[in-house]
Amino acid sequence: MKISHHFDDATLMAYSAGSLPQGMALLVACHLHWCPHCRERTRVTDAVGGAMLDTLEPVVLKEDALNAVLARLDEPEQEFAAVQSASSSDSREMPAPLSQLLNKPIDELPWKRIGYGVRQLDLALEGPGATRLLRISPGVSVPHHTHGGSELTLILRGSYSDEMGRFCRGDVADLDGEVSHQPIVDTDEDCICLIATDAPLKFTGLMGRLVQPFIGL
Amino acid sequence: ERRKQVRDEWSACLTALAETRDRSEFSRLFGYFAPRVKAYILRLGMPDATADEVTQEAMLLVWRKAHLFNAAKASASTWIFTLARNQSIDRMRRDKMPLYELPEEEPDPDHRDMGEHLVIEGRMKEAIATLPESQAQVLHLSYYEGKSHSEIADQLGIPLGSVKSRLRLAFSKLKAHWGEDA
Ligand SMILES: [Zn+2]
Ligand SMILES: [Zn+2]
Repeated sequence: MKISHHFDDATLMAYSAGSLPQGMALLVACHLHWCPHCRERTRVTDAVGGAMLDTLEPVVLKEDALNAVLARLDEPEQEFAAVQSASSSDSREMPAPLSQLLNKPIDELPWKRIGYGVRQLDLALEGPGATRLLRISPGVSVPHHTHGGSELTLILRGSYSDEMGRFCRGDVADLDGEVSHQPIVDTDEDCICLIATDAPLKFTGLMGRLVQPFIGL
Repeated sequence: ERRKQVRDEWSACLTALAETRDRSEFSRLFGYFAPRVKAYILRLGMPDATADEVTQEAMLLVWRKAHLFNAAKASASTWIFTLARNQSIDRMRRDKMPLYELPEEEPDPDHRDMGEHLVIEGRMKEAIATLPESQAQVLHLSYYEGKSHSEIADQLGIPLGSVKSRLRLAFSKLKAHWGEDA
């Protein structure tokens, strides 16, 4: 996979700091599974957290804390084995964190048609904003919109183009409120992408205002 | 240089723990890291009793996952920070979604040696100390208090874009201390 669009530094710092909403953290983890370049960058952003841990003023724990942990060292560790087993046949198309969550090949998911050649699947994760899969037909363009907060997009299949360039499988678009764009699917294949936001999108123009109630992004 | 030795000591201790499974080695790590992990978790806004619990869970993971620690990739402090961070996120979520962690491979024992990065990582603290106040502030609010970028923007009364650009500036300085490949 040749990846040419990566996360903003600030996004990787928020990921390392643990301050991203759940859906955005999922999306970052998905890209990291595929992208050695961003994995290397997170070593640096994680190291900021390590340096911080070293400089914090220690706070004593309650007296028996160490003994309580020592008493548990021999407990069996069943929970680690369970998480790994969920990989499906589709796991090569989807990055591991997503296939573990969905547990179904991408074409068998319960897609909901929302009009204009767009289907979606809401992952219904906690937190502000929304996390969903969008499946957009060839030639279809998502109405022009800006972003109230941040919007992360990871391409899982196909490609699209917008004002920022061409985005293919593995690429991420990392956009904030100042950016306005209108992505259009630019091959004869559906474009499937994972999108996570931390605030609702703002559609601009009549078409956008008409479509907003349906998409509810 | 003294600081670097301190770091090497804990990374060596953790590497040794993976092989010896020595409880006194673990107790030593606990003595140094548990009070720091607790301090971190308290800053995320958890009550004292919960912070104790989550710290204990994180330290239990240190014991269980010690064989996955790779001193050539991260220092003990960084590795334990990521465990504590994930444990805290897990505790704060109400649902039971799995936490998304990168696959970890057990390091080859022959390549478990301390990489040169430890020297570089030791410089991270010094690099953070040299950041201008405006950059250090957003870094602290993000890492120490787990605040989102929009929460930081609200708190400081500056646009979201300024929060991000301060973080980018901070990162490019820190990265320069790390090396060219990042
Ligand atoms: Zn990347
Ligand atoms: Zn958008």
